[in-house]
Amino acid sequence: MVRGMAVEQTDAQLVSRCRDGDAGAWNEFVERFSRYVYAISSRGFRLAQHDAEDVFQEVFARAYERLSELRSDDAVRPWLAQLTRRLCIDRLRLLARDTPSDAELDERDVDDVLTTLDDAMDVRSALDKVGDPCREILDRFFCRDESYRAIGEALDIPAGTIASRISRCLEKVRIEFDGREGASRPS
Amino acid sequence: MNVFDEEQIGRLLRLLPPAPEGWVRAAQELPAARATLDELVARAEQDAAFRLQLQADLERAVTAAGYEPSPYVVSRLRQLIEAD
Repeated sequence: MVRGMAVEQTDAQLVSRCRDGDAGAWNEFVERFSRYVYAISSRGFRLAQHDAEDVFQEVFARAYERLSELRSDDAVRPWLAQLTRRLCIDRLRLLARDTPSDAELDERDVDDVLTTLDDAMDVRSALDKVGDPCREILDRFFCRDESYRAIGEALDIPAGTIASRISRCLEKVRIEFDGREGASRPS
Repeated sequence: MNVFDEEQIGRLLRLLPPAPEGWVRAAQELPAARATLDELVARAEQDAAFRLQLQADLERAVTAAGYEPSPYVVSRLRQLIEAD
């Protein structure tokens, strides 16, 4: 086994565990999809923070209540995207009723953002597979916007080596990602 | 098939910052909130006085019954009362 490689469950396996009432599975489910739901509402629909929070909680509440209605466990990500999208649109309609505005939502723009976020989730999944310490370093640098110094202090590694570690880790994620894409390509 | 170079991978990772911790924690507590909701609904079905208390001041009635009035519990109870 390669050091640091994580054993990653598929979305379908995770959904199945949630449905079986596995105590830890729901926590993992929220952990896995929280960034995605958050990004759709804040990046795709540009909701203000308090509106995005309401949507976020409602998405997971409905997901928890309706997970058993999911037709295919593999389809959980598009299902969540659709649910989030619908709740964001409802919220925007409510806001427009209270405070009419000329600004109209262009759904094609939202589609573009959602496609890009799907790519980002695929890359994130490859990063999870690569595991720590790369996951920790890249997450801190790209997702949490931490400086080399802050990363160095948090992980107890020399700040001067962070740039080269990031570079090597990105390469590992690319190789992992290419392997997956290659494997899913029809022969 | 998507092919990304290292620079694009970095840009894509940047699009997924963590959701605020409190939001994630609240979502993770949904199973417990759901259990609370089920208990409160069962009690309301059996206890007319409690049902009236819920209709009068939902959050206070939930707290007085010894439960945490989480947003999930309050919103779902409100929906049930309004549908009643």
